[in-house]
Amino acid sequence: MKILFRESHEWAAIEGKTAKIGISDHAQKELGDLVFINLPEVGAEVKAGDVLCDVESVKAVSDLYAPVSGKVIKVNEELESSPELINQDAMGAWICEIEVTDVPADLMDEAAYKDFIKG
Amino acid sequence: MAKRTALYDNHVAHGGKIVEFAGYELPVQYEAGVITEHMTVRKKVGLFDVSHMGEVVVSGKNAEEALNRIVTNDIRGMYDGQVRYSLLPNERGGAVDDILIYRVNGECFLIVVNASNADKDAAWISSHLPKDVKFENISDKVSQLALQGPLAETVLKKVLAEEFIPKKYYSFTKEAKVNGMKCLVSRTGYTGESGFELYCGNADAPKLFELLLKEGKEESILPCGLGARDTLRLEAAMPLYGHELGEDIPVNEVGLGFAIKMGKEDFIGKKALEAHTPEYVRVGAKVVDRGIAREHTDVYCGSELAGVVTSGTHAPLLGYPIAMLRIKKEFIDKPLEADVRGRRLKLQIVDLPFYKKS
Repeated sequence: MKILFRESHEWAAIEGKTAKIGISDHAQKELGDLVFINLPEVGAEVKAGDVLCDVESVKAVSDLYAPVSGKVIKVNEELESSPELINQDAMGAWICEIEVTDVPADLMDEAAYKDFIKG
Repeated sequence: MAKRTALYDNHVAHGGKIVEFAGYELPVQYEAGVITEHMTVRKKVGLFDVSHMGEVVVSGKNAEEALNRIVTNDIRGMYDGQVRYSLLPNERGGAVDDILIYRVNGECFLIVVNASNADKDAAWISSHLPKDVKFENISDKVSQLALQGPLAETVLKKVLAEEFIPKKYYSFTKEAKVNGMKCLVSRTGYTGESGFELYCGNADAPKLFELLLKEGKEESILPCGLGARDTLRLEAAMPLYGHELGEDIPVNEVGLGFAIKMGKEDFIGKKALEAHTPEYVRVGAKVVDRGIAREHTDVYCGSELAGVVTSGTHAPLLGYPIAMLRIKKEFIDKPLEADVRGRRLKLQIVDLPFYKKS
């Protein structure tokens, strides 16, 4: 399994032909307490860089972008009732699983992403 | 460039996440986060820096009469040490701001105004007072802390002699001394909980802030940011200028009738208000569907535009999203929906306030 990050702070944990998608710990800190998530639809075809779904914190709504292209095959329904799981463990709280057709070349590994958020 | 309050370094030291608000760099939250800070104020006690608020002093023999002509409430008959809420109306019956008026004595009043309006209000008030009434803007000299929550009094009692703790809601004591620091202390707030607001000189503010946090440790006090301030006032259905109130919103359409005394003699905007039959009302709504209806969201009844969301958030104590709406009167009993980014969210009209302390 390898974990890659997008500049917009989503991660993709890729294993074989599928990838679990989530947001980084840095992102959850920036967003603050999350109170809603609108999960993507199972079966939806997404292109890397498209809006995948959105999350609501107390203060604002934010779009999340698909880090990879493919088809949504599973969503983490637990997050619907407990979006705070993302705040508690951002790297563990996966949002959906995608059957991957393309992984963009500009995704970063963890070390590169850490440098990126340090600016 | 944004101004800093006297407590800026304290905010940073306590892990405050700094944002710009009303021209000031202030913490939107600390490490605990908005929801924890909110719940701490509802259950225990929280401390806010609200030094961005403006303060002006109006004094002189005719101060009371002159002031009464520019506010909607009636300030006659107040006692020394009493606080009264009022709108500051414009000629069209809209609001220049909403304010708190502190009667120091019959010839001296302290007025507390919103940060975002402080300069506008100072210009407005000073230009609408007669020459013999003195006006002074002391905003830049004064810091203000808000100690809010059911345990606020317990904490305050540790640092302030009983006689200086105001007993009644909307009253204040001046000349209070906290460790030698001179404060004006009022039993007021913007959270819907019991609590106090402390005004002091900028030089004393950091010491006072740290002292209250230290003394409040046993009570599990937390420093709280602007985020919790907003969710708390919204749960308590308190209006906020720029949201529920504005220059173009007639003040008789916002459900603040208790602060508008149409029976008193002439005041700015009275004629306009007499001539205006309210078209809109301020109502509260619970969002039934999943999602938050935030400010500026359009509200529909079927295909008809009924009004707009003026404030909306997730209510931490209630555990569901709430909104204040400005809708045309005829839609009060109709089924309403908010159009949130193309999705229709069902709204259910509920009584205000959303939350009332027991």
